[in-house]
Amino acid sequence: MTNAALTTDEALFQFLLRLGDNTLILSHRVSEWCGHAPVIEEDIALANTALDLIGQTQFWLGLAGEVEGKGRSADQIAYLRDAWDFRNLLLVERPNGDFGKTLMRQFLFDAWQSLMLAKLMKSTNIRIAEIAEKASKEVAYHVERSADTVVGLGDGTPESHARMQTALDDLYPYVGEMFIGDAVDAALVKDGIAPDPASLRNDWDDLVGRVMAEATLTIPQKPFAHVGGKSGTHTEHLGYVLADMQFLQRAYPGAEW
Amino acid sequence: MSNEWPLWEVFIRGQHGMSHRHVGSLHAPDAEMAIKNARDVYTRRNEGVSIWVVEAANIAASSPSEKGPLYEPSNSKVYRHPTFFNIPDDVGAM
Repeated sequence: MTNAALTTDEALFQFLLRLGDNTLILSHRVSEWCGHAPVIEEDIALANTALDLIGQTQFWLGLAGEVEGKGRSADQIAYLRDAWDFRNLLLVERPNGDFGKTLMRQFLFDAWQSLMLAKLMKSTNIRIAEIAEKASKEVAYHVERSADTVVGLGDGTPESHARMQTALDDLYPYVGEMFIGDAVDAALVKDGIAPDPASLRNDWDDLVGRVMAEATLTIPQKPFAHVGGKSGTHTEHLGYVLADMQFLQRAYPGAEW
Repeated sequence: MSNEWPLWEVFIRGQHGMSHRHVGSLHAPDAEMAIKNARDVYTRRNEGVSIWVVEAANIAASSPSEKGPLYEPSNSKVYRHPTFFNIPDDVGAM
């Protein structure tokens, strides 16, 4: 895709896929804990988070379908695309690992999403602003909860601390992608539809820095960032997520229950 | 030392003007997490406007065997029950 070929609607479609695919894939990852969390209270809380995210997905992908104008519904976009058409951040397709790592991934994403939604609430696109406002209430709770858990486990026992530090070290190379803009972002910044991703970095660093300090965890100082998710180049993990998530609609097209 | 988180009793006020009502219990490492867990377990469907949690160990309870001395004496004294008043509808929930 070249700069010149990108219309505002094309950029908007890509941007909405990114938002919707982030919440869709993370929702699926979080839902993998259903029935497996360490205690029932956390099991319920994780399922609630997954449900919130799937609700947001319906809005983002539903709007993406409208913008695309080919009559695709949110369900069709979610269940009938292959990995290279997904636009989610690599961070959200990372495997769950242990409970602590899942919550670390959740916090790193929640922190970004809460800042992104705050900006999108002021979008010149009224539909985006409305969805962002609705989602931001849920995400305000997500980030509070995941931050508390990161602090609890980071500043917990020697074992939980070590696991959380490992989780942060493993996931940190996937953080950078959230703040790297491309032609899609540039086209939307120009029209005041979406913020420049780089503009979220300072606030994110402040928030994450505060929580990690309280959690007695050390933020890696390596700037290296894996990228590719936003433009459809994914890790091998996404294929397994889709195989699981899409199986039913692929084997029984149009099935409803 | 027990590996279990302490048990918390959860009280939720359904709407302004009503009392908090016991809705159940849950486990949590501290009061703050108990409130968050209560939010996730008990208030996902618009059930409340306020949550109280109290560690179950801090609740003093009457013993079932003291039922007679505690409650029965009042049964024969009807004047202890405010059943002779008509309460106007406008008073609302009491």
